[in-house]
Amino acid sequence: MSIVADDKIKKTPADERLKKASVATTLLRRPELGAVAGLVLVTVFFLLTANPSMFTLAGIMNFMAPAAQLGILAVGASLLMIGGEYDLSIGSMVAFAGLVFGAALVVWQVPLSVAILIAILMAVVIGVMNSQIVIKTGLPSFIVTLAFLFILRGLTLVGLKWASGGATQLRGMKEAAAGSPLTSIFSGDAFQGLFAWLASNDLIAKFPNGTPQVSGIPVEILWFIVIALLATWVLLRTRFGNWIFAVGGDERAARKSGVPVVRVKTVLFIITALCATLVAVLTVLDAGSTDARRGFQKEFEAIIAAVIGGCLLTGGYGSAIGAFLGSIVFGMVLIGLTYTSIDQDWYLVFLGGMLLVAVMFNNVIRKRVTGER
Amino acid sequence: MSSIDTPLVEVRNLTKHFGSVIALNGISMVVKPREVLCLLGDNGAGKSTLINTLAGVHRPTSGDFIVGGKSTTFYSPRDALDAGIATVYQDLAMIPLMSITRNFFMGREPMVGFGPFKRMDMKFADEVTRDEMHKIGIDIRDPQQAVGTLSGGERQCVAIARAVYFGAKVLILDEPTSALGVAQTSMVLKYVNQVRNSGLGVIFITHNVRHAFAVGNRFTVLNRGKTLGTYEKGAISIDELQNLMAGGKELQALSDELGGTI
Repeated sequence: MSIVADDKIKKTPADERLKKASVATTLLRRPELGAVAGLVLVTVFFLLTANPSMFTLAGIMNFMAPAAQLGILAVGASLLMIGGEYDLSIGSMVAFAGLVFGAALVVWQVPLSVAILIAILMAVVIGVMNSQIVIKTGLPSFIVTLAFLFILRGLTLVGLKWASGGATQLRGMKEAAAGSPLTSIFSGDAFQGLFAWLASNDLIAKFPNGTPQVSGIPVEILWFIVIALLATWVLLRTRFGNWIFAVGGDERAARKSGVPVVRVKTVLFIITALCATLVAVLTVLDAGSTDARRGFQKEFEAIIAAVIGGCLLTGGYGSAIGAFLGSIVFGMVLIGLTYTSIDQDWYLVFLGGMLLVAVMFNNVIRKRVTGER
Repeated sequence: MSSIDTPLVEVRNLTKHFGSVIALNGISMVVKPREVLCLLGDNGAGKSTLINTLAGVHRPTSGDFIVGGKSTTFYSPRDALDAGIATVYQDLAMIPLMSITRNFFMGREPMVGFGPFKRMDMKFADEVTRDEMHKIGIDIRDPQQAVGTLSGGERQCVAIARAVYFGAKVLILDEPTSALGVAQTSMVLKYVNQVRNSGLGVIFITHNVRHAFAVGNRFTVLNRGKTLGTYEKGAISIDELQNLMAGGKELQALSDELGGTI
């Protein structure tokens, strides 16, 4: 007994104002908590209701592919939202970038590398246009980019008819891109050798003829992971990341502290346009064609994924990893319902419900973080 | 440091127009090392515009702006910071959702590593933040906690400590005590004194004559965008200063009516 008492005396007195931060409080400070909770919830739900094949390797690839396509957009959108702005044009941007990229390949018949370069340049131009209009006019980005949602969608329709001679679909990209060394970076499956080896050693499921049931990881999933990690690194560990939080938290305060607000916002709008362009290149090469409905309503899904991931609608707070997890929740619900006996159209109901819960949850979190009462 | 008499900042006949509004109409003032210059003025006297002009937020319409003996034009707040003029704003230029550390180093992040691995040195930043706050007698519990959780006085201290840490030669304090309680006010004033004694020039903006008298060496009174005059501490009394600032007799009458308590 006395030993215990001695120990107590020797201890340096702790700050009496320091409440022992419980594990729960520490966790609540992480913006991605909501997304983790959502992911766990959805996973448990499908473990209970879905056909077990959903969580085999093939099943996981099935829902990760749409999650990746949305997630690349959502990670870009989350950075922009933390920076205090929205980009509603990214869905239309996917279609427009698909048109430009496709037309370069099929109509102008340039090599794949040049076509990608043209698409990137065009994304930079659109990003700069969005940002400059928002910054110069001081109008909400919500409205400015809503205008571009229609403008870009319209331009895509007009351009597709021009490029294809009257149709709203353009084909032949797969053939045009074949043989380029870049093709394997932007389409197909990666690590095929590894997967074949795993199958031959009975470590993963294979067909009776010995080829693996999953031939590799679709490259879009790798892009998705790399971009989410890169965005998280930038956000949490670089000067530019600090500036993103600052600009979104309070633009005036950031400017007074010497943060180049205009440059930060311009770069963020360029990033969302580039993310849309990447999704366009990946999906166009995957399908070998592009059409006018590509990326339809993806802007809303991307923002919802970012919000599920903990981004505040008011800016200044959020996480790229959260958007990553939010997108996986999306993919799981979209594909997971086909593994259950539930009518697939419940997807939209689920989506709206998730959004509502996430926004209310984020509101509570914000009050906790800022000590607001 | 050059001669004691070389002013750190001097402005002569500074004017600033916003369209048809004349916000500053001929401001002259001088700030030297090791002194606190109090800028006194009632609401609408042009204090905020003057600060924003000194801090590089606005460009003056006309007049001379001399920093360290050289005529200067600031095109952005960063230019002012680089010239050693740091401003602690009334609204503190702090972001409630960001951590104390991130706020402390906002716009001046410490970096480590090379090339693509260049990153913010968070460990160093956390240590510096904790140390600097400790120096002025504030124990912050966790430098990663959001600024929004701090009290008004604590936020003020983070803001001043930040400016001092980044090697300001001239510190502009915009009404640092206006929202504080008595104890916290005296702490801030003590700190201002300490900053002055370490060789900085301080421009202390306030409309509270008592707070000004507690730390000021000289007092410049603004009214309707003009300087009414500059007075050494020994050359003017609190009451005279108060009357000058309010523009004369009416306030005296009002003060009498209320029993001389203003």
